[in-house]
Amino acid sequence: MSARMFGAPVQRTEDERLLTGRGAYLDDLGADAYAAVFVRSPHAHARVRDVDVTDALDVDGLIAVYTHEDLTGPMAEPLPLLLPHPCIVDGRTPHALAAGYVHHVGAPVAMVVARDRYLAEDAAERIAVDYEVLAPVVGIEAAVAAEHVVHAGMSDNVAAHLVQEVGDARAAIAAAPHRLELDLDIERSACTPMEGRGVYARWDEAGGSLRLYSSTQTASGVRAAVAAKLGLDVGRVEVVVPDVGGGFGVKIMHPWPEEVMVPWAARRLGHGVKWTEDRREHFIAAAHERGQRHTVRAGFDDEGRLLGLDVEILHDNGAYLPYGVIVPIVTSTQLLGPYKPGAYRVEFRSLYTTTVIVTPYRGAGRPQGVFAMERTMDAIADRLGRDRAEVREVNLIRPDEMPYDQGLLFQDGRPLVYDSGDYPRTLRMVKELIGWEGFAAERERARAEGRRIGIGLACYVEGTGPGPYEGGHVQVGTDGRVRVATGLTSQGQGHHTILAQIVADELGVAMSDVEVTTGDTRRMPYSVGTFASRGAVMSGSAVALAARKVREKALRVAADALEADPGDLEIAGGRVHVRGVPGAGMDLGTVAVLSNPLRYAFDEASRAATQFARPADHAAPPVPEGDAPGLEGTDFHSPLRSTFANGAHAVVVETDPETAEITILRYCVVHDCGRLVNPLIVEGQIHGGVAQGVAGALYERMAYDADGQLLNASFMDFLVPYASEIPPIRIAHLETPSPLNPLGVKGAGEAGVIPGAAVIASAIEDAEGFPVRSMPISPSDLFGLRRRFAAGEIPPLRRAERARGRRANETGEPDV
Amino acid sequence: MKPPPFHYHAPTTLADALTVLGETGPHGKILAGGQSLIPLLNMRLAAPAHLIDINRLAELDRVDVDDGGVRVGALARHARVEADRSAAEAIPLLRQGLRLVAHPVIRNRGTTVGSLVHADPSAEMPAVLALLGGSLDLVSASGRRTVAAADLYVGPLESCLRADELAVCARFPRPAPGTGTAFVEIARRRGDYAVCGVAALVTLDDDLRVAAARAAYLSMAPVPHVLDLIEAVAGRPPDTADFAAAGRLARGRLDPEDDIHATAEYRAHLAEVLTARALREAAEAAVGALGASRPDPERAT
Amino acid sequence: MNEETHEIRLRVNGVPRAATVPARRLLSDCLRHDLGLTGTHVGCEHGVCGACTVLLDGRPVRSCLMFAVGADGHEVTTVEGLAAADGTPHPVQRAFRECHGLQCGFCTPGFLTVVAAFLEENPEPTEEQAREAIGGNLCRCTGYVNIVRAVLRAAELRRAAGRDPQAGDPAPRGPVRRQRP
Repeated sequence: MSARMFGAPVQRTEDERLLTGRGAYLDDLGADAYAAVFVRSPHAHARVRDVDVTDALDVDGLIAVYTHEDLTGPMAEPLPLLLPHPCIVDGRTPHALAAGYVHHVGAPVAMVVARDRYLAEDAAERIAVDYEVLAPVVGIEAAVAAEHVVHAGMSDNVAAHLVQEVGDARAAIAAAPHRLELDLDIERSACTPMEGRGVYARWDEAGGSLRLYSSTQTASGVRAAVAAKLGLDVGRVEVVVPDVGGGFGVKIMHPWPEEVMVPWAARRLGHGVKWTEDRREHFIAAAHERGQRHTVRAGFDDEGRLLGLDVEILHDNGAYLPYGVIVPIVTSTQLLGPYKPGAYRVEFRSLYTTTVIVTPYRGAGRPQGVFAMERTMDAIADRLGRDRAEVREVNLIRPDEMPYDQGLLFQDGRPLVYDSGDYPRTLRMVKELIGWEGFAAERERARAEGRRIGIGLACYVEGTGPGPYEGGHVQVGTDGRVRVATGLTSQGQGHHTILAQIVADELGVAMSDVEVTTGDTRRMPYSVGTFASRGAVMSGSAVALAARKVREKALRVAADALEADPGDLEIAGGRVHVRGVPGAGMDLGTVAVLSNPLRYAFDEASRAATQFARPADHAAPPVPEGDAPGLEGTDFHSPLRSTFANGAHAVVVETDPETAEITILRYCVVHDCGRLVNPLIVEGQIHGGVAQGVAGALYERMAYDADGQLLNASFMDFLVPYASEIPPIRIAHLETPSPLNPLGVKGAGEAGVIPGAAVIASAIEDAEGFPVRSMPISPSDLFGLRRRFAAGEIPPLRRAERARGRRANETGEPDV
Repeated sequence: MKPPPFHYHAPTTLADALTVLGETGPHGKILAGGQSLIPLLNMRLAAPAHLIDINRLAELDRVDVDDGGVRVGALARHARVEADRSAAEAIPLLRQGLRLVAHPVIRNRGTTVGSLVHADPSAEMPAVLALLGGSLDLVSASGRRTVAAADLYVGPLESCLRADELAVCARFPRPAPGTGTAFVEIARRRGDYAVCGVAALVTLDDDLRVAAARAAYLSMAPVPHVLDLIEAVAGRPPDTADFAAAGRLARGRLDPEDDIHATAEYRAHLAEVLTARALREAAEAAVGALGASRPDPERAT
Repeated sequence: MNEETHEIRLRVNGVPRAATVPARRLLSDCLRHDLGLTGTHVGCEHGVCGACTVLLDGRPVRSCLMFAVGADGHEVTTVEGLAAADGTPHPVQRAFRECHGLQCGFCTPGFLTVVAAFLEENPEPTEEQAREAIGGNLCRCTGYVNIVRAVLRAAELRRAAGRDPQAGDPAPRGPVRRQRP
């Protein structure tokens, strides 16, 4: 009877609260808590000689000041290296509070606790820290040169070094008919969710237990890390994640220094303590990403077929390496996209600099990899005088080659095997959507009006939904309502809605009868977290599996009561009944009552489950062997490996011939994330991703000076786009189901951002007639490129030359 | 990011305000709209010991238009000035500039006079005042004086106001008959401080030939910078005037600096391009103004 | 060193409220922490993001760029006060839900207050005007696509209702009072 919810553009269940001011974000909690603030380093690199708190003690309302000297045991040790990898040469992680040295502006040196944030800031201002300033190491060049090292005891700044190779790429390139080499740069950016980080902790002295609220992407991760630091059994630590005002990756990092200091102080003070990150702190003390340099060498044939690809990557990981080498690993592997080079070699060096740490930001290394590969495809096309889409086409993996093994090890430590996808069709669709074939005429019309326009294209493949696992717990109450819990956390992706859709379908109940809880270790202690576009794949599958268990049990219990065969029963509208006989059945709430044999009745409904209420089989125990009381089920989804979503973006830009302003005229997306649970939500994810892609291509960069000061640590100068900067977006879907999970879904959270820099660079290059090899690009940057181009310092694109009717320079030399 | 403590004064008469200001001297700071001051306080980049909130001085919340021009009181919010039809008719450049000041929500609170005394070289309204040759009325417990825009600005975020003075009113003079104006700017995001901005004024004589051409620049110098560009276009009818030459002339006289959003070279280039655009637009507006005024000679004089 | 405090009285969402605050207490903090109205969010505290936008005497302002003492004697409307007294959602609230105009919800209260005020002045906006109206608010989740749709949809809902269900007498600009301890 009930319409299928899976696949329907259902309005979100989260919204009513959020639209009426009834959301509960971290800073909305703990009204009576003390406020913590952190004294942070003003220097990029320094030795801390002394911390003098004398002046702060006069501040009325001051509760406590802590420095590293106050910390003992695990708290005094460095924070964990979350993702160890054999390629890590020397994995340095920060201390909760500076232990003698600071390695970036913003590093926490002391913690102040006061009655409110105003007073805490007053006290923090009065703490005098004596620094011996050391040489900063800013930028990839300085890190490589290693004239100065970031960490004492190291001879250079190399944190990690990894080579992966499939075939003999260098030999294949040497033997190829055509070769080229490109240097490609992406600058630093950051997630900048509208809500910063935040932690609120309460210590229960009587119970010896901790309740911790954190604005995090992983409740279970924080729980384990904080328990280890505080020397507590995990059973004594509860982590509850409230509404989270956006994450985009930065909140998967844990435990932050603040995340261990706040509960430590709460326990020590026997009082609630809260820290709410402010915007400046978020810029200088959270995490950045994207900063990477790539040297690409490619060998190809006359059709543009990639015979060999050799990529060297220099990755700026900032001051420490707590999140391991996930970002450069993702770049190295996902760079391949939908293509199948004859041989591939990739090598990266991850480098320490005296800047904020680097951890995944939506896309997590993929935007850089796609930038490298797609710029290469454009360069090959230009070299050969072929259509850019055509060169891509000959390199695509065909649907009949699935599953396709790229021969590498992915970020989850498992083989990089694409499970499904129709890449040629994706490309055809995006060409149609943007009007690829008719563009030459469009360009001519624009040119006649004195306007300059260009078109760009970029394809990507995205590994989504990596393991190890995620769990689901589904429980039907005696009121018939269904309570669902999963451990991962939600930052606006609409998980509550899509999980309710899935469970409603599986159990045959109305969505309005399903309540979903995420990120609460009291409800689901086993979990990994929200990252790598894994919410729908992992928790969606887990709750579906758990719901199927519940359904199976409901049918069994009801069949028993109805004296029917379970196979003859179905559930619809929250009622179990004999198929075709809606009258012969019972509500799921009643089934829940019957599923839990009782001695004592506690209300009218529960009488039905008591021991004298119904005939019983005296030969069997009330709870059958292997069964458990209650109408509930738990299950876990642990996939063999990641599932691979894919897509293609195309864009038309206009560049002002005079002012070098760059305007996006239209932006098109073709997206295949397998089966869509909720198209409204998937499209919302794509819109947001595209906006961040546009932001990363045209607006946002972290501007460090040579001393390691971040010059734009505010929303005034770090240019998160407003509505005025984001173009209309057209989206078309393809649905190639994944065989790796029970729902056939693939992740959708990050896709929108991934090809942003690549596709926009492609279009600007096309409009301008000279190569664009570094992103982001501002009007001022474009103006600078035009000057260099006019001065002959940058060679023209060959197609631009050809278009101008000049003879191409056929020397066969690399066109860099 | 919470402001440091300060002593708060909320006078209800101008006399009281001036008394407090006289007493607090260099330790006092005026709070009007607060849209520039409060961010500085929140970031603790400023820490005045005393804040004198003039929001209760209703007498300063006024916009007056007469033959001489537009007088804007110290409490008139940008939004109010922008919405004032007679002010916009008298001096279209007011609205042309105000529409570019940050975003509407900021303009609901921020005051025009506050923006003028804040002396941000990237702000629109100081350029408007400078281009029109306007002035500011300053009062203190010891007297009153009027300072011309040309003398007002000393450096970035620095004006010649004395610590005991309150700017009570800005005077924007009505431009000469036959004048058109335009304000063009390029900002990274709409509503941001401009990378380069140009307010321009062109006056045509009775024969529809260019008699005056001036431009004021934002983000191009430590203070709002006004250039007289008449030599490039003097005596030409607007449709043949070489505004591009005026742009080149302007560029040669400006010496902007680099920042994280733009190189000095790009800024100089924009100044050239935008000068030509703004003058051309202003000239068109002048033609329009004259056309509109001909049947109604009252308005043109 | 004990900071001097000020007693303020203001009407918030139609209800007279009083608070004792230091002069430097930002209006955003006063609403959130002194009055318990945590629906107003703080995203940057330098006036750029717009998350903290509330209506002061009916006009949108950044509550992080105002001191609470400055709101003494004034009328403030927060996201909690947009719905009708009987709980009927404001057309803007309905439209944001219908159009999926929010994701994490953190910036949303600022958009809702801005759009509610905007539609009062411009009940039939074009898409361009709708985009401009929200041009001073940052959202990191939605790419604004569905927010622009929601503004247009809210205008439609408002027109369909024939009148603004929120319409009443304009908030009187109360006499300015100031009290010192």
